[in-house]
Amino acid sequence: MYSRHLELSVGTFIVLGFICLAFLALEVSGLNPNGDSGTYRLSARFDNAAGLTGRAKVSAAGVIVGRVISIRYDEETASAMVDMEISQIFQKFSKDTSASILTSGLLGEKYVGLIAGGELSNLADGDIIYDTQSAIVLEELIGKLLLNIGGKK
Amino acid sequence: MIDWVSNIGHSTMLQVRSLGRASLILMQALLGRSNTGVSWRLTVDQIHSVGVLSLSIIVVSGLFIGMVLGLQGYTILKDYGSEQALGQMVALSLTRELGPVVTALLFAGRAGSALTAEIGLMKATEQLASLEMIGVDPLRRVIAPRFWAGVISLPILSLIFVSVGCLGGALVGVSLLGVDSGSFWTNMQASVNFYGDVCNGIIKSVVFAVVVTWISVYQGYDLTPTSAGIAIATTKTVVYASLAILGLDFLLTAIMFGEI
Repeated sequence: MYSRHLELSVGTFIVLGFICLAFLALEVSGLNPNGDSGTYRLSARFDNAAGLTGRAKVSAAGVIVGRVISIRYDEETASAMVDMEISQIFQKFSKDTSASILTSGLLGEKYVGLIAGGELSNLADGDIIYDTQSAIVLEELIGKLLLNIGGKK
Repeated sequence: MIDWVSNIGHSTMLQVRSLGRASLILMQALLGRSNTGVSWRLTVDQIHSVGVLSLSIIVVSGLFIGMVLGLQGYTILKDYGSEQALGQMVALSLTRELGPVVTALLFAGRAGSALTAEIGLMKATEQLASLEMIGVDPLRRVIAPRFWAGVISLPILSLIFVSVGCLGGALVGVSLLGVDSGSFWTNMQASVNFYGDVCNGIIKSVVFAVVVTWISVYQGYDLTPTSAGIAIATTKTVVYASLAILGLDFLLTAIMFGEI
């Protein structure tokens, strides 16, 4: 008596919902089910972290190796502490790795670039990178340029 | 003057009373003792008429909204030379706002009004009274399956809407306007966060589902059993549900994404 057609259509509807959820998770949000093998934490001390935001990319040689978790103001050194989580896959950042805040394109987002050094021992969870290059603030740059032009006269 | 104040008192009491009645109906429908067994079959029946039959309007409007977003976003982003951010724009606006909200609005118009009219006609033709006469609680038998069907269907419809919308945006952006497909999808994946954006969208649509279905079944159950009463109740369902969706959306957005 109970219509088989009706059960079939409701079942298809529910399955369709799950397919869409999977599509949104994998294709749209790029959730990687087995890639999150764990992360470790590095911090970097910048004199100026202007324009950097939470969840910004951390890249080494152009490859994304992690993300920025938080940016806080360190009162003792009067500088910005940027906490990053780096994927467990990338372990071999030497102790003298340097970090710089870069911009993708002229108006693009800011990201952190890591450049590995030559030392043999590697950075571990919780270590701090001191060798850093701050964000370029466009206004300061223009100010310096104007000053230079003014000086040459 | 005194009349005016007493009018305010009267209408406030009416509002509070109808809110109380709506809560009692919902409580009774969901938690009341059932003497006909759990009616999963009835719920499946209702998911068919509330969810499956709404599929076509959801898919078509999702596709077109995604395509319009792709087109509009492209013309604006092109001015700044950042067409690659198109995927990000389309996906974020769909998952966070347009998906849950537009789906819930369409659902209120397509399924909510139908629920109200159906229950209202049952009341007008005294089917609900007859059910009570033979000892079947109409709240358990008629209201509860419809409520659950709405709560289950709307989030699924919203997921389908968002997926189809993203594909529609990709269709216009990548296939017609020539945005690079690699940067379209990777930008989208880099900016959309599964827990922060997709899951919050689902939470939003579950909240909308409860509110819309609740308003629909209450308006149907509580209306004056005449043809004019059914017309008024159906209108009220769509108006109240739409206003509730938009108001709640602001509240939920402020809690989830805002820094208020």
